[in-house]
Amino acid sequence: MPINEYKPLIVAFCCNWCSYAGADLAGNNRANYPCDVKIIRVPCSCRVNPMFILKAFQRGADGVILCGCHPGDCHYTSGNYFTRRRMAVLFSLLDFFGIERERTRVEWISAAEGAKFAATMNEFTKTVAALGENRRLEDLRCKK
Amino acid sequence: MQRIGVFVCWCGSNIAGTVDVQAVSDALKNEPGVVFSTDYQYMCSKTGQDLIQDAIKAHDLTGVVICSCSPRMHEATFRKTVAAAGLNPYMLEVANIREQCSWVHKDIKTGTQKAIVLARAAIAKVHLNAPLTPGETPVTKRALVIGGGIAGIQAALDIAEAGFPVDIVEKKPTIGGKMAQLDKTFPTLDCAACILTPKMVDAAQNENIRIFSYSEIAGISGFVGNFSVQIKRKARFVNEDLCTGCGACVEKCPMKKVPNEFNLGMDNRSAVYIPFAQAVPKVAVIDPDACNMLKNGKCGLCAKVCTAGAIDYKQRDEYIDEKYGAVVVATGFEPISLQKFDEYAYNSSKDVITSLEFERLTNAAGPTAGKLLRPSDGKHPEKIVFVQCVGSRCDGCSEKGKPYCSKICCMYTAKHAMLTRDKYPDTEVYVFYIDVRTPGKNFDEFYRRAVEEYGVHYIKGAVGKVTPENGKLLVQASDLIDNKQLLIDADLVVLAAAIEPDKSARPLATQLTASMDTNDFFTEAHPKLRPVESPTAGVFLAGACKGPKDIPETVSEASAAAAKVIGLLVKNKLTGNPCVASVDALLCSGCSACQNVCPYGAITYEEKEFRMPDGVKMRRAASVNPAVCQGCGCCTVACPSGAADLLGFTNRQIMAEVDAICR
Amino acid sequence: MQKMTREALLEKARELLSSGKVSAVLGWKKGEFDYDVTPAVFDSVDALEDFVWGDFCGANLSKYLIKETKKHRVLVFLKPCDTYSMNQLLTEHRFEREQVHAVGVPCDGMADINLLRRKAGEGIVSVDSIGEEIKVETLYSDEPVIIDRREVLLERCVNCKSKKHAAFDELLSDAGEDSSSDRFQDVEKLESMTPDERFEFWQNELSRCIRCNACRDVCPACTCETCVFNNPSSGAENKAPVNSFEEQMFHIIRAFHVAGRCTDCGECARVCPEHIPLHLINRKIIKDMNAFYGVFQAGAEVGAKSPLLDYTVSDIEPGAVFDGRDHDA
Repeated sequence: MPINEYKPLIVAFCCNWCSYAGADLAGNNRANYPCDVKIIRVPCSCRVNPMFILKAFQRGADGVILCGCHPGDCHYTSGNYFTRRRMAVLFSLLDFFGIERERTRVEWISAAEGAKFAATMNEFTKTVAALGENRRLEDLRCKK
Repeated sequence: MQRIGVFVCWCGSNIAGTVDVQAVSDALKNEPGVVFSTDYQYMCSKTGQDLIQDAIKAHDLTGVVICSCSPRMHEATFRKTVAAAGLNPYMLEVANIREQCSWVHKDIKTGTQKAIVLARAAIAKVHLNAPLTPGETPVTKRALVIGGGIAGIQAALDIAEAGFPVDIVEKKPTIGGKMAQLDKTFPTLDCAACILTPKMVDAAQNENIRIFSYSEIAGISGFVGNFSVQIKRKARFVNEDLCTGCGACVEKCPMKKVPNEFNLGMDNRSAVYIPFAQAVPKVAVIDPDACNMLKNGKCGLCAKVCTAGAIDYKQRDEYIDEKYGAVVVATGFEPISLQKFDEYAYNSSKDVITSLEFERLTNAAGPTAGKLLRPSDGKHPEKIVFVQCVGSRCDGCSEKGKPYCSKICCMYTAKHAMLTRDKYPDTEVYVFYIDVRTPGKNFDEFYRRAVEEYGVHYIKGAVGKVTPENGKLLVQASDLIDNKQLLIDADLVVLAAAIEPDKSARPLATQLTASMDTNDFFTEAHPKLRPVESPTAGVFLAGACKGPKDIPETVSEASAAAAKVIGLLVKNKLTGNPCVASVDALLCSGCSACQNVCPYGAITYEEKEFRMPDGVKMRRAASVNPAVCQGCGCCTVACPSGAADLLGFTNRQIMAEVDAICR
Repeated sequence: MQKMTREALLEKARELLSSGKVSAVLGWKKGEFDYDVTPAVFDSVDALEDFVWGDFCGANLSKYLIKETKKHRVLVFLKPCDTYSMNQLLTEHRFEREQVHAVGVPCDGMADINLLRRKAGEGIVSVDSIGEEIKVETLYSDEPVIIDRREVLLERCVNCKSKKHAAFDELLSDAGEDSSSDRFQDVEKLESMTPDERFEFWQNELSRCIRCNACRDVCPACTCETCVFNNPSSGAENKAPVNSFEEQMFHIIRAFHVAGRCTDCGECARVCPEHIPLHLINRKIIKDMNAFYGVFQAGAEVGAKSPLLDYTVSDIEPGAVFDGRDHDA
């Protein structure tokens, strides 16, 4: 990795039952991923309000990723199905506003998929880094 | 302002190896609200926990942040720790600086930086934490079993054995379900009645079991531990307590031309009838659609011959209200209607029958006393064709059939074929199949015996058309392996009709707020790990109501569901998860969005009174039942007003975390 | 000019008011000028003197039912597109259907004062519709300007979604028919731009937003008791944006909150004093949801579930929504 490559800030919302446990497993397996990824624990991906995502961008996050249980495996039976619809609509709308579509992502990662968690975070961080700083959705007052 | 204590754990070298714990602890001292910050080798050890408890007391802490391993590991431990020191256990947050930090980042500088950020997020959240208390609800120590087939009977027996009262509600006049109609059972070939009827009698005699036969569920409300159920007892026009089941009324009834449901209409019964000899309860029932006395007040013979005086033409439907702590759904299955399968001539020929009808034809208690005779002319069939997957595995034909495999047909057809060849070696038997599916103990051996020992012709291929002609059934079929067309002049065609959930299941699921799949099978709380629980707490599932299955599987599920019920009923009180949704009624506009997405039916609406500056207003507003809510938070996003929030994960808490991370 | 006459509406209003079947009439009232018609409640036959009906009665009266039905049984005049809003509000239990007597009024398309101004110039003193012509007198010209009515219709009327009332207690005319429209054309045009161009477009538009909240206040879907943007504990409280982010935040969140509930009535764009094409945001969501989850028209049926309150196990993945959408990004 080039030394002066942009280090993006990634906010990851992880469902407690699958992806958060998947992240724990990535830790157990010492599967490295960039420290730019900061995880927020939520009970279910369906807890993630579009406002949280916009807030993250406002405060200077460069990418936001939502991780939940695989469709059909939701701890609460249907939460991730609602997430899937909400985020499909939201992401498409953000894209409509000209915000780079690569900055938002939904991934289904189970508690057993530590390797997938790390790989996803590596790949997502790289993608966002390539885009550079989030300028379209930030609040300049929030910049240091 | 909170007084927050921060405790950074080294986890030996697990954390301290790549995170400068001292630096983290020092950095956090300057965070707003933090009045104490320290680090220690093992926070989860006795000494570590003492350190936390001492600090809570010494510094009068109102909130605690522990930077350690994953909260999935030790959150419960530390909650107990802070609770022992007098703090509400939910005034604690854990920053995961091991799995999410020290273990995945090798560089000590970035690791330390990230640990500080994660801790800041936890501190920001604790600032907004509020003490939470889990709700407690009492448990009604009585179970309801819906459906009196083998699943319901087994579940009821197991629950009753553990000492809890159980009620079985069965819509038919007798318990026993589909199994009572079967002849032999695969793969052991023991007779269904011989193994089922003793269980039916056990259920009837068990003092903890009440059987409401000929009854339906009229309404269900409530939640785990506290279901209120209304049971409708349909009028059977016979006093159940007085009837001795002697059968005199049945004998004397002049109306003898009513198709007999138990034999699938292949023979007739009288207007007053007992479904079958071993029925439980063995009590007669009058069919109001057939009885002359009930229809036009002429007859009354049965009342005259009944020495017990049990006949009561004035009986009306009766409603019983009862409370239950747990519900077992065991509503079972029905074979699908074959009305739409014209190609098999099911509607036009009496000699094209379903497998269940075949089952009755070979049953000693059936319409032919167990002799295999053609329904049309009573002759012995010399050539029988069995057609598999009639309506099963029907991809893209949802109008007619079902997309799934009905699971039991391969085995019962092998049984039928084998038994036919065993009793009538001169009868030729053909089985047309897509695949033969025999996963199960001794199943494949059984099927191979049918082929190898009994000489059943198994042909991989589909039957295209059955045409009745000159007393025969011309079966046009294809043989996929030999790649040729076949024409068989059969005497009897047996269709393995797909099975589907009982029609009563869908309305029941709505009342229970239990979820169903697109085929109307009940869905499990978790398909692998919680297979006999419904996502709705306190509702358990057994048998074919959640997918096609055979008797052994059904019985094991019934016992599993019973074990779950017993585990629930032994508790005096249920302690809930306090991290549940709550609705600020003042903000709620009553739109029902939350109710639409709640998987548990935890949200109800009522007209509420609001005292506003301009007077008292009535408005529809939501409220969450904390005993039912499981805390997913789906409603909080569906709510456009922001009236619904999730305790422990409030909008403001999560936003504060976002802020802290992005700072 | 509307084919339906003011007198026909008035007659209905008088009849129901005097018979006591309703105690208030929701209609339109003239403002200072012919064109600034506003929604109004008439609670007596005498008050009906101010009642107007004509080319500037664009306002959708459904939303006012929430408040008025608490006090009155209300006669409301609804144009075909307005009835969808009423149905949607009923779906959300915002008022009792029995409290409403809905009279369906046929609509020949409503005029857009901004387009009219563009053609006739500023200083309009009077507007008079005669047939398909609109006669405009201005301060700055002696001769009245004659304008073809069809050229100054509101965008939502050019792309009329239906001439058929989705709900009513009685109709003042024969039932209209569904009309086919090209309403997604403008959305498609934007979609075919590059992300940079789209960003530019919205920056241009939204930077004019003065957060007057007119779009929110007029919207028949925005009926929350307290808006999240006004609620200090929502975490999104924000009364006036100070930068481009907050302008976007407001409109994105607003659009998301009405997603699946928006009937595409176009009121937001009609009332925007800065002429921001706000309807495009909602319409984009409608277009997407139609494509992802099947065609859904909010308010077509009372009780229908919005696509965002529903799901199927085989829904499109959020990552896949961009598949097959190519532009030179």
